[in-house]
Amino acid sequence: MHNPLRSESDAFRWFIVVLAGGTSVGVLAALTRPLVGVVWAALLIGFGAGFAYRAARGALLRDVAVTRGGDGRFRLLVVANETVQGEALLSEIRERCRDRRAEVLVVTPALPTSRAAHWASDVDEAIELARQRMELSLIAIGELGLKARGEIGDSDPNLAIEDALRVFAADEIVISTHPPERSRWLERGVVDRAHEQIDLPITHVVVDLSAEHAIR
Amino acid sequence: MESATVALDHAHEEHHGPPEAHQSSRIDRQTLGILLFIVSEVMLFGAFFAAYFFLRVVVDPPSWPPHPYELPVTVALVNTCILVSSSFTIHYALESIRKGNRAGLKLGLVLTWLLGATFLFIQVNEYVHLGFSARDLGFGSIFYSLTGLHGAHVFVGLVLLSFASIRAFRGHFGPEAKDHLGVEVPGIYWHFVDVMWIVVFLTVYVL
Repeated sequence: MHNPLRSESDAFRWFIVVLAGGTSVGVLAALTRPLVGVVWAALLIGFGAGFAYRAARGALLRDVAVTRGGDGRFRLLVVANETVQGEALLSEIRERCRDRRAEVLVVTPALPTSRAAHWASDVDEAIELARQRMELSLIAIGELGLKARGEIGDSDPNLAIEDALRVFAADEIVISTHPPERSRWLERGVVDRAHEQIDLPITHVVVDLSAEHAIR
Repeated sequence: MESATVALDHAHEEHHGPPEAHQSSRIDRQTLGILLFIVSEVMLFGAFFAAYFFLRVVVDPPSWPPHPYELPVTVALVNTCILVSSSFTIHYALESIRKGNRAGLKLGLVLTWLLGATFLFIQVNEYVHLGFSARDLGFGSIFYSLTGLHGAHVFVGLVLLSFASIRAFRGHFGPEAKDHLGVEVPGIYWHFVDVMWIVVFLTVYVL
């Protein structure tokens, strides 16, 4: 759920929208008949409700605010769930941070175990599973000699990235998914959406866990 | 779905009592509180608007306002411009403090307060000269109820702005988001009050 009203700036934008719509209704009613203004107002309200619904569902693209650092440290944001311990991902992190004073933030979206759990906000199990994966991932990243910390993110990966960027001044983002034929994130366009919304270099890593297990 | 931050260092510490509250998408509690309050206020205004449209459509269809009453549309339009301006000044105040401009914050808050007070003064003056009271038909009741309800909200907004202004002149607030919540929250409320007035003005005076 994307809240389209998160700050005074958002409230001001909605105020401007209502002011513009209200002015058009008032002018139309004054120039023609009040009934025409009422019909126009009903149309605008319907359009506005639809727009707000789409915005709340996250269907509308918007630029994501990015916190900037500036202390010379390279900051890597890693977003992964089931693939968070994948060799391919660890290899990519190692490559990105090679010969750099680096800091890694691993965000693991807490994915509800079922749709019923999602609607009931029954997130405890999802958070616990995500936390366990994240901790193992942090240990693995720590073994690479990198400084890393972790967060449990929103179930919507794009919203989890947006949340993380509010407090973490990332220089690059790595998104890890299953192969295309098994990835729900790819099916939902998570990576494409991140590319369109975020003005940062984004690397997509495909982790094939079954192939990695077979090799081991 | 809510999100929660888990620091690795604390992951295995023993925890007693209920689990920590999750904070949804990093909206601070004060902002979430005012948003929930505004939702309840929308419902309150909705009840009054339902009564208004019932009277307007079902009870007295031929003319609005009913003969011989008249509404001072021009005065209300001027008052609308004054209140609308105040949304720009409160936004200016917030933008100023976000950039660390304390003088701009103070100026914006004082201007907003003055514009709000002027709106309220003109509205009370309008009541005195209207020539009908809340006891005159359903029309008088709903007119005073709707505009009075909104006026009460402006008054509450002025009280909030007074606190914010006093704190601003005492040197409170800073550029970081967490350091100017005391202006951010009244700012959101003030925009809501202005939006509601636009709706009240259009329905009661124009349409």
